[in-house]
Amino acid sequence: MSEKIVLSVENLTVSFDGFKAVNDLNLYVEQNELRVIIGPNGAGKTTLLDLICGRTRATGGSIRFKDDELTRMPEYERVRRGIGRKFQTPSIYENLTVFENLEVSYPRGRTVFGSLFFRRDQLLLDRIEEVARLIYLDERLDDPAELLSHGQKQWLEIGMLLMQDPELLMLDEPVAGMSVSERQKTAELLTRICENRSVIVIEHDMDFVKRIAHRVTVLHQGKLLAEGSMEHVQADPKVVEVYLGH
Amino acid sequence: MTITPSTPKNALPWWRAQLPLLVMSAVILVALPLALDLFRLNLVGKYLTYAFVAVGLVLCWGYGGILSLGQGVFFGLGGYAMAMFLKLEASDPESTKIQSTPGIPDFMDWNQITALPALWEPFHSLTFTLFAIVAVPGFLAFIIGLAMFKRRVGGVYFSIMTQAIAAILSILIIGQQGYTGGVNGITDLKTMLGWDIRTDSAKYILYYVNAGLLIAAVLLGQWLLKSKFGKLLLALRDKEERVRFSGYDVAAFKIFIFTLAAMLSAVGGAMFTLQVGFMSPSFVGIVPSIEMVIFTAVGGRLSLVGAVYGSLLVNFGKSYFSESFPELWLFLMGGLFIAVVMLFPNGLAGLTDSWREWQARRRARDLPRPTGAAPAPTAGDDTPPPSNLRAEGGAA
Repeated sequence: MSEKIVLSVENLTVSFDGFKAVNDLNLYVEQNELRVIIGPNGAGKTTLLDLICGRTRATGGSIRFKDDELTRMPEYERVRRGIGRKFQTPSIYENLTVFENLEVSYPRGRTVFGSLFFRRDQLLLDRIEEVARLIYLDERLDDPAELLSHGQKQWLEIGMLLMQDPELLMLDEPVAGMSVSERQKTAELLTRICENRSVIVIEHDMDFVKRIAHRVTVLHQGKLLAEGSMEHVQADPKVVEVYLGH
Repeated sequence: MTITPSTPKNALPWWRAQLPLLVMSAVILVALPLALDLFRLNLVGKYLTYAFVAVGLVLCWGYGGILSLGQGVFFGLGGYAMAMFLKLEASDPESTKIQSTPGIPDFMDWNQITALPALWEPFHSLTFTLFAIVAVPGFLAFIIGLAMFKRRVGGVYFSIMTQAIAAILSILIIGQQGYTGGVNGITDLKTMLGWDIRTDSAKYILYYVNAGLLIAAVLLGQWLLKSKFGKLLLALRDKEERVRFSGYDVAAFKIFIFTLAAMLSAVGGAMFTLQVGFMSPSFVGIVPSIEMVIFTAVGGRLSLVGAVYGSLLVNFGKSYFSESFPELWLFLMGGLFIAVVMLFPNGLAGLTDSWREWQARRRARDLPRPTGAAPAPTAGDDTPPPSNLRAEGGAA
C-alpha cells in the first residue's frame, strides 16, 4: 500500500427500528485523499458521516481513526483527535462576527476555565488571517456572520473547521445552493485544503465531483455499490442503473 | 490586510462603554438613598436581591439559552442558610428559657422537637454559613446540571424539570415544619454576631453591602461575557451541534453557567434574609421562580444592567398595583410577560437599543451622503449593528 490508511470503517451497521440505514459497510480512506461519496437519496451518505463524527451511535461494526477506535468515544473527543465535520445546511454562529466565528473554533481554550482565561495572541491572529484568506473572507472579518451570503456561510463553516487543522475533514454537500463561480472557487478551495489532510465529501453535482474527486464511493441502500476512480464508477452498469441513469 | 482584534465598539473610552453600569450604580448608590425614606429604601433593597437572580438568568437564559423556572430554589437555599445562622443566634438559652427545650429555635419547640437537628449544628458558625450560602445551592445546581445536560435534556424539558424541583422543595419545606419552620418560614431574626440587623443604621449598611455585591455580580457577568466563554455561550445557544462538533464538551459549559447562576441567586437570597428579617417557602416555589424570569425578560434578557432595572420596575409595579388592585395584579403580571415576549423580546434594554438605532439612522439620513460609499452596516461609530448581541449597551 502506497499511502497510510487514516480511517477504516469495517462492518459498520446502524439500524433505526429495524431499518438499516448503513448496512455492513467497509470503507478505507487514505492520507491526503479526497474521497467523494455519491448515491441516491436515502443511501446512507449523511448517516455515514453522522456515525463517524458521533452524532449517531453505531449498532455494530467498527470505526478506526489512525490507532483509535471511535465507536464509543464522545463527540468532542473525536473532534480533538482530528475529525472535523461540516453540516449540510451552513451551521455558523449568526450573532458573532466572522472573526469571532473563527476564534471560537480555534482549538485552544476548549475547557470551561480554559475559555474563561483565554487570551488572543499573535498565533491566533495569524491563523485567523491565514484561514480567512483561504476561504475568501479576509475582507469580511468584522462583519456579523448573518450578513454573509449563503455561499460565504458555507465557506465560513469550512474555515471554522480549518481553524482546528483536522486530519480528516468531512463535508456534507459543500456546494449546495452555490452559484457557478462560487462552485469554481469552492473546488479550488477543496483541492488546496486536502494537501495535508484527508477529505470526505458528499456531493450530488457530478461535474463538481469529476473536478475534485481522487476516488469515488457509491452507496446504495446503506451498502457499498461501487468504488474507484470517477471513470471506473461511471462505467459501472449497477451505478448507472440506480443512480446516474436517472 | 492585517488583523486588528479590536472592533470600533472596543475603541470607545471605558467610561463611555460602561455608561449604563455607571448610571445604574449612581441610581442605586446615590439617587434612591437620597430620594426615599428608610422604609421605601429597604423595599428597594429587597427588590435588588431579586436582581441577583435576574443577573444570573441573563447569563444562563439570555446568553446560554437555558431557561430555568426554578431559580427560587437557589434563592431560597441561600436565604435559608443565612436564616438558620441568624435563628440560632436569636435562640440562645437566655431568650428561649420559657420553652420546654431552651436553646433551640422556637418553631422546633412548638413541634415537640427536643434537640437541635444535626443538619442545623454547623450553622452555629458564620464561616460555615457563608460557605454554605453559595456551596449548597451551587452543589445542587451542579448535580441537576450533571443529570440533565449530560443526558442532553434541554429546552422545555429542562424548564419543566426545574419547575418540578421548585415545587418539590417548597412542599418539602412546608411539610417538615419542625426542621424548617414550615409555611411561616424562619422568622424573628435579630442579630448577626451581636450586631442588631433591625436598626436603621444596620438597614443602611446592609442596603449598601447588597448594592455593592450586585454591582460586583454585574461586573463578573461582563467579564465572563467578554471572554471566549461568553462567545461560546452564545454559540451554543444558537447552534449547539456546531459547538459540540468543534470539540467542546457542551454539557460542561451548561453545567458551569447554570451553577454560577444558582450561586448568584443564593447570594441574593442571603441578602434578602438579612434585609427583610425572615425567609419563607413563598420565595422558593413555582410562582416566585417564574416572577424572577419575568423580571429578567422585562429588563432585557441580554442585558445585565437591564435585569437590575427589570427587577426594580416590576417590583415597584407589583407593590403599587397589589396595594391598589390586589385581584388584578396576577393578570397584569401575565399580560406584561406576554407583551414582553411578543412586542419587545429584548425587554427595556432592547427598546433603548432600537431607539438609538432609529436616532442614528435619522442622523445618517440628514447628513450629506458621501459619494460612492458602500452601505456598510458597521460604518457608523454610534450605529449598533442589527445583531441583538449589542443589547448589552442599552438601558442607559
